[in-house]
Formats: sequence, structure tokens, C-alpha cells
Amino acid sequence: MAHREAILPPGADPLNLWGNAREGSDVPTELQPRRKPQPQRTHEDARIALDCVSRAYTDDRGAEVHALHDVSLRARAGELLAVVGPSGCGKSTLLELICGLQAPDGGSVACAPAVLMPQRDLLLPWLSALDNAALALRIAGLSRAQARDRAHALFAELGLEGFERARPHQLSGGMRQRVAFLRTLLAGKPVLCLDEPFGALDALTRAGMQQWLARTLAQDRSEIGQRTVVLVTHDVEEAVLLADRVAVLSARPGRVLAELDVAIRRPRSRTDPQVVELREHALRALGMDERR
Amino acid sequence: MSARAPRARGRWAPFLLSAALLGAWELYADFGGVEEDLLPAPHAVASALWGNRGLVGRNFAVTAEQVVLGLALALACGFALAVAVHLSPLLRRAVYPLAVGSQAVPIPVVGVLLVFWWGFGLFPKLVVIALICFFPVLVTTVDGLAGVDAEQPKLLRTLDATRWQTFRFAELPAALPAALSGARIALAVGVIGAFIAETSTPTSQAYSGLGREIVTDAGGFQTPRAYAATAVLFAFAIACFYALAVAERRLTPWAKQPRGETP
Repeated sequence: MAHREAILPPGADPLNLWGNAREGSDVPTELQPRRKPQPQRTHEDARIALDCVSRAYTDDRGAEVHALHDVSLRARAGELLAVVGPSGCGKSTLLELICGLQAPDGGSVACAPAVLMPQRDLLLPWLSALDNAALALRIAGLSRAQARDRAHALFAELGLEGFERARPHQLSGGMRQRVAFLRTLLAGKPVLCLDEPFGALDALTRAGMQQWLARTLAQDRSEIGQRTVVLVTHDVEEAVLLADRVAVLSARPGRVLAELDVAIRRPRSRTDPQVVELREHALRALGMDERR
Repeated sequence: MSARAPRARGRWAPFLLSAALLGAWELYADFGGVEEDLLPAPHAVASALWGNRGLVGRNFAVTAEQVVLGLALALACGFALAVAVHLSPLLRRAVYPLAVGSQAVPIPVVGVLLVFWWGFGLFPKLVVIALICFFPVLVTTVDGLAGVDAEQPKLLRTLDATRWQTFRFAELPAALPAALSGARIALAVGVIGAFIAETSTPTSQAYSGLGREIVTDAGGFQTPRAYAATAVLFAFAIACFYALAVAERRLTPWAKQPRGETP
């Protein structure tokens, strides 16, 4: 049976230090009614629980595409789960299932409210960087001034100070991703779904942004504790550098080939032997052993 | 200096071309052996314009009012219809063919009916102009609304946006440059639309507008005055077009400005 349900996080952390969108509300975000009221149930310690999920869709030419096959994944509160796999292995489909944008054909998806950071930043060209970052707050009903205030408080922390009034096309690729990430954070949801956030950046910017994300999430954790992040990437090294756990997906239809725990102390460096070893491990799981 | 030079040179291009064409016209009218009643020379047109400046001026005021109000009506109707069609696929199927068909209706056929409904005043003329001009606005706005990145609504949904908020934050601003492009096309047709409106619906006003004046003059061997009135319409259309271009830059500063709109 295919179904989707919401999970309550353990405890009643209102998660509003980093921007619970509905200001002035005593009710934690998770408890507030969503557009479609969904059955709510505590499910162990998991924020995300996918059980035997399959998903197929029909492409433009009418052919049936099996994006995911029998995928089971869990993510705990506060965990950063990286999903790596070759292009077209159903990673984006996986995120859309978690965000509730699609329903599975088989199996079950149970998730706390999730927000998507799509592959392309999708910043609105007619809004300034600040207004783009504050978009979720505007949607939640805050006035423009209130929303700007809340977003501005985080601008400096994310290295965006001085770019408040810039329009997206005036920003560098890295800057745009930061603004998009801030927009995602300010949605105030317990689960962040990042779809190849640095895929379009050049190698140098990318390395810088990976450090930036690791730092920002570390800060985020210390302040709000329990944000769960699902990071989809095709870069195995990026996954190992950033994640607590790495799920390796096969080519289409996506199946979980391996799940690796990354018990390496942070901050991590890409030359750390443990990082290198784990990267090789993940690549072996993908059938792309460099030593062969 | 060197960077600005080509642009400064370019500014003269429309005037140079106009002067060249005027010169050729003058020569042809003076030495080409055409009768003045058929093609008056530019100097004759200019003196007719000056000599009848009162009459042409008052008729121009009537026509200008019609064009501006008629276009406003066309923009409002075209935009509203585009939004309705965008939000309801059913309405799109129902309305689109009729909207296309409406462009084939010869106005004189319905002109008398419009006057029968709304009298000899301004309103039937505005309806005619709107009927002629709403179509480009409708088509460009519908395309603009549909042109929003397919991923954008997904993102907004995970931000808990309602349908209205998706429209307001993403689709509406995205469609604005397209709607304004449609408005520019509408404007170019709007002046001739006013001409059609005046000549196809009888009026009770003291001054009937440049369109009627042109028809009367052309039939009454007042060709230079007909050309003078035409020259005024010609200049008016250009002025409106660039005024809209200025408004467009103000309203949609993020959009890439289309070429050929700065004089």
C-alpha cells in the first residue's frame, strides 16, 4: 500500500531559532495543520522513513521510467544523509517523495515537513537577494518589513552582508546558492532536501561552498539542535566530506547499493586517509573502483 | 568617449532616415508629375497642418483620448482574460478559439450595433479599440504566465505557498514583461484601431476625431489636410510606443530590454 504520513520529531522543539516561519505561534511548525491534514504518528526516532518505495513515471515520449525500486532509507533527527549515485538514478524523485511533491507507487513514505532546495537556485529575478531569502516568510504571512528583518539577521552569518539589495543576476554562482540555502533554512522546516546544491559551480567555488555548508550546518545544529538534511549529489567526495551517513544508489531504477556510516571527526579534509578510504569504498559500491 | 561614440551616432539614425525619405518624397511630388490631390508634397502638408492647427488639434485631442482609454480597456481585458485562461484549462479551451475568431470580425459590421447599445458617445469607440487591441495582450500574457520554470511551483509548494501565492510571487511578475510586449504591439495597432472606431461608429461629438477628418478630407479634395492629420497620427503612435518603453523599463527593471526601443 502506498501512503504518506507525517512524523513528529521527538520532543517539542519548536525549531524557531532559525526561523520558524509562523512567528508568534506557540505551536511547533510540525503540529500546525498543513494544507492537507495528514495523519501524524511518532515513528521511532526517524524524521524520514522510506520503506520499500518504488516509483515509476511516464516520460515525454510516453515510455515508462522506473526511477526507484524497493528503496528503504531512514534518517534520524539531526542527521545529514547524503545520497550519491550516477546521473538519472532517481535522486531527484527521491527528494520529491520526501517533500510530498509525489506519492510512491509502492511502499510507504513517512516524513516530517520538508523543504526543497532545487538543483537550480530558482531565485526570483525581480526580487533582491534579501527578498528572495525571505520568500518563505512572506508566504507565511509576514509583512515585507518583518520578513526582511528576519532574513537580514542571518545575512552576515552566511557571508552575504552587503548584497542585500543585489538582484540574483548580479550575484556569483556561489552567492546565489547561499541565498537559495538561506531561503530554504528560513522555511523553518525540520527536514532540508538539498538537490545537488553545488552541481553547477566551478571546482574552486564548489570546494569553498562545501566548507561553508559544513560550517553553517554545524552552527545550525548547535543552535536548533535537530535539523535533518538530505543531500543529493553525484560527487562521492562531497558526500563523505559532509554527511553522517552515505546511501549509495544504483543506476536507474535506483536501488540502495550500500549505506556507509561516516564516523569521521569534523572538520574533515579531503586528504584525510579515512575520507579517502571511505570515498574508495563508496566508489567500489558504485562499481567504479579507481584502483582497478 | 570611444564607447559612447557609436551610440551617439546611432541616435541620429532615425532622423537621418526620416529626412532622407521626406526629401525623396518632396522631390517626387515636385518633379514626378503627380497631382497634388493625389500626393501632396511635404511642404504642402506642413503648411496645411499649420493653417488648420486649431481643427487638427481639437480632433487630435478626441482621438488621443480614445486611444489612451481604449488601450487601457484593452490591456485590462486582455490581462484579465489571460489570467482566467491560465488558471482554468477548461476556459482556455472554450475562450481561445473565440478570441482568435474575434480578430476576423470586420468592425463596421458590429459598429452600428455597438452604437445601438451604448449611444453616440465615447464608449462604443473604446469597445472597438479594445476589441482590436486585446488580442496581442492576451496571447503574450498567457505565454508569459505559462513560461514560469516548471520547478518553481514545486519549490513554492514546499514553502507552503497557496495557489494564489504561487501566482502572486512567481507567475504574475514573470508574465509582466510579456504582457508589456503585448501592450507595445497593441499600441501600434491602437492608433489605426481608433481610426476604424471613428469611421465605423457615428458620433454626436462636436469634433469627431482625426479618423473622420481624414476620411472627409480625402473625399473632399482636401488631400494636404488629410495628410497633415495622418502625420499627426504617425507621430502620436511613435510617441506612445516610446512612452510605453520607458514605463516598461521602470516596471520591469530585471527584464532584458528588447532591442530597438530607445530612440
